[in-house]
Amino acid sequence: MKASRDLLLVLAALLALLALSAASTLLPPAPWKTAAGLAIAMMKLAVIALYFMRLREHRGLTRVFAAAGLFWLGLLAVLVLSDYLTRGRLH
Amino acid sequence: MSDDAPPPGYLAAEPGILAWFRTLDHKRIGLLYLFSITGFFMIGAAAAACMRVALLSPQGNLIVSDTYNRLFTLHGVVMIWFFLIPAVPNVLGNFVLPLAIGARDVAFPRLNLASWYIFMAGGALVLYAIAAGGVDTGWTFYTPYSSTYSNGHVMAMAAGVFIAGFSSIFTGLNFIVTIHRLRAPGLTWFRLPLFVWSLYATSIILVLATPILAITLFLMALERGLGVGVFDPKIGGDPLLFQHLFWFYSHPAVYVMILPGMGVVSELFACFARRRIFGYRVMACALLAIAALGFLVWGHHMFVSSQSLYAGLVFSLLSFLVSVPSAVKVFNWTATLHRGSIRLDTPMLYALGFVALFTIGGLTGLFLASLAVDVHVHGTYFIVAHFHYVMVGGMVMAYLGGIHYWWPKISGRLYPEWIARSSAVIIFLGFNLTFFPQFVLGYLGMPRRYAIYPPEFHTLNVCSTAGAAVLGLGYLLPLIYLPWSFFRGAPAGPNPWDATGLEWRTASPPPPHNFEETPVVTAEPYDYPPPP
Amino acid sequence: MTSSSASATSSAREAEQSVTNRLGLWVFLATEVLFFGGMFVAYVIYRHTYPEAFRAGARLMEFGLGTTNTAVLLVSSFFMALGDRAARAGDRRQLRRCLLCVATLGVVFLGIKAVEYHSKFADHLVPGPDFSGTRGPLEIFMTLYFAMTGLHALHMLFGLGAISWLLWRNAGGRPVPVEPVAMVGLYWHFVDCVWIFLYPLFYLPGR
Repeated sequence: MKASRDLLLVLAALLALLALSAASTLLPPAPWKTAAGLAIAMMKLAVIALYFMRLREHRGLTRVFAAAGLFWLGLLAVLVLSDYLTRGRLH
Repeated sequence: MSDDAPPPGYLAAEPGILAWFRTLDHKRIGLLYLFSITGFFMIGAAAAACMRVALLSPQGNLIVSDTYNRLFTLHGVVMIWFFLIPAVPNVLGNFVLPLAIGARDVAFPRLNLASWYIFMAGGALVLYAIAAGGVDTGWTFYTPYSSTYSNGHVMAMAAGVFIAGFSSIFTGLNFIVTIHRLRAPGLTWFRLPLFVWSLYATSIILVLATPILAITLFLMALERGLGVGVFDPKIGGDPLLFQHLFWFYSHPAVYVMILPGMGVVSELFACFARRRIFGYRVMACALLAIAALGFLVWGHHMFVSSQSLYAGLVFSLLSFLVSVPSAVKVFNWTATLHRGSIRLDTPMLYALGFVALFTIGGLTGLFLASLAVDVHVHGTYFIVAHFHYVMVGGMVMAYLGGIHYWWPKISGRLYPEWIARSSAVIIFLGFNLTFFPQFVLGYLGMPRRYAIYPPEFHTLNVCSTAGAAVLGLGYLLPLIYLPWSFFRGAPAGPNPWDATGLEWRTASPPPPHNFEETPVVTAEPYDYPPPP
Repeated sequence: MTSSSASATSSAREAEQSVTNRLGLWVFLATEVLFFGGMFVAYVIYRHTYPEAFRAGARLMEFGLGTTNTAVLLVSSFFMALGDRAARAGDRRQLRRCLLCVATLGVVFLGIKAVEYHSKFADHLVPGPDFSGTRGPLEIFMTLYFAMTGLHALHMLFGLGAISWLLWRNAGGRPVPVEPVAMVGLYWHFVDCVWIFLYPLFYLPGR
């Protein structure tokens, strides 16, 4: 179906990203790999959100609601880490 | 008293008892919640009465410590999750919100009814846990006691709270979408009544905080049920992680409790001083600021938990910051009274009581935000007094004020004014007699959650129990005269208070579809004539 | 607010309701982000505290199955998006084919998960008294693995239930269920996104 060409391209991109992170395991373990794995995951998330979940078309309030959950989770993570990362440092 | 009855409205629209349990009408759902939470309040109050009677004797002559532990757990769980959190949003919010914005109903009426059933399912589990013997962990369920050592019915209690949490989430979701999408023509954001703003801010918290409670209880239950865990020190887990996750929800939860009350108080002050709210936009923004900042302060519950001192400093600073918008609100309420034509009707008495008691509670919150002071009063009656001042002196009084204010709209009838005013005064006096001595007790060192205490605290405890008796009487009176007025009160008419607000432009009680014609808004909120 | 024909008003109302539904569903998805997010935070904390144990744990996972499952879910999201497009075009048959593909792939995912879980049981890697080796941080890794993938699998089951309901709604006689497909689609994509983050957390470290 012609109309599905763009969706197929999106899928191809997603599978390529997956192949990238799978292939990264061929290299020896290294510190940058964690960041890379998460970065690839975030790219997949962005692609799915924009194209499959149609956030590219739905602007404004929908995008704010979509971003709110992640933003709030970030607040939780940052402040909890403020405890764990500083334990034993200050007395 | 005339024989005229008010128009039948929504109360008579769907006949029969069963219709109440299938209703999609937000007004009826609000009443369903009213009955439920009143029942839960009585259960929580009964536990409090037992505790206060037990505390009449320093040696704990009435009940053993284990029973006492189960009582304060019951009191906390029931009062917080099944009374305070749903009270204003689910009773007054459900009833008033669509009316106040000129809508027919909320955005998702079936979800609204489902929320009530979910709430009742959670409540049933909690009642089962209580009847089966209760839980002794405190409402805070700290690990590893709750997950490993406690012998109570922790799973059932936690499951009940977990389920009730979804009721909160769905209510918040419904309100957010309703306020965004269903406002009447001309009703721009800055023409909304502050009660609506408060429901919006509350709903944001409900939606973003409650899921964390859910996952925390789930992980605790996993640890308890399967003997595995992430909070278990024996395998390298950290009990503090439970506290971080628990309080990430539970601190914003207290703002869920107070923000709707603040919204109600703004309505009451405007109406009964016949003045525009001073600094309306600032008041609206303050509600949102409290909601947002309230998410960043939870570590002040953990100052002595062995979290890092650095984190403690950060949380202390943020806790001071969150008091600023609350203080701004108190100043603005006071300024609203200036040169107003004040009518000391019952709702106004409750609103004035709210400001006085919330201010005291809030100021003592500043003491607790100071790390150094909190180290000494953490775990004492100072904390107990602080949160009862804001939650009972504040929130419950705001709730009662709102109930009395909107009672004519809900029932179509007026309550008896002088009994109602007397009850408000009795509640105010009883409350202070109960809880002020507890500030002193805490400062002097009496720990909370103890059934037995040193004899030097005896007198103050007797004072506190005497106050509780007076407070109980004060709460009992509305339970009598409000139902009475439902059947025998004088008809109220559409706008007995001569208040602004869209809900007063329709009949009392309203027809099922709320408005005969969708109202169009052209005026600013609280459009009272300026003082001469 | 005035319109000249009844159908214009009703399609305007439908469009309004569609936006309302969408906003409601995104609010719900935000709550789900926080629900799963709590466990992600727990993972981050313990990964920071016990990096070696977490890398060792990830090496015990079946990389091939995990990667395959990720691909399965990505393809299922593609079919879901395709089905959403078909619904909006009114193409009942295409919608049906797409929904069946999504459901099949969902079942495949759960099947592979079952195989993985079974091998964990067989290797005594399930946290609890039966845990092989020393009880310690590795057990925390495994607890988080089961809790997070388990809740994810539960959400997949709910999703499969919703897909089945859509197939029933799509059956002849009634209008094509455009709105329900859109809503279930958003949910399905979200559940896929959760897995997209579970994959690098549980299968990639230490390799």
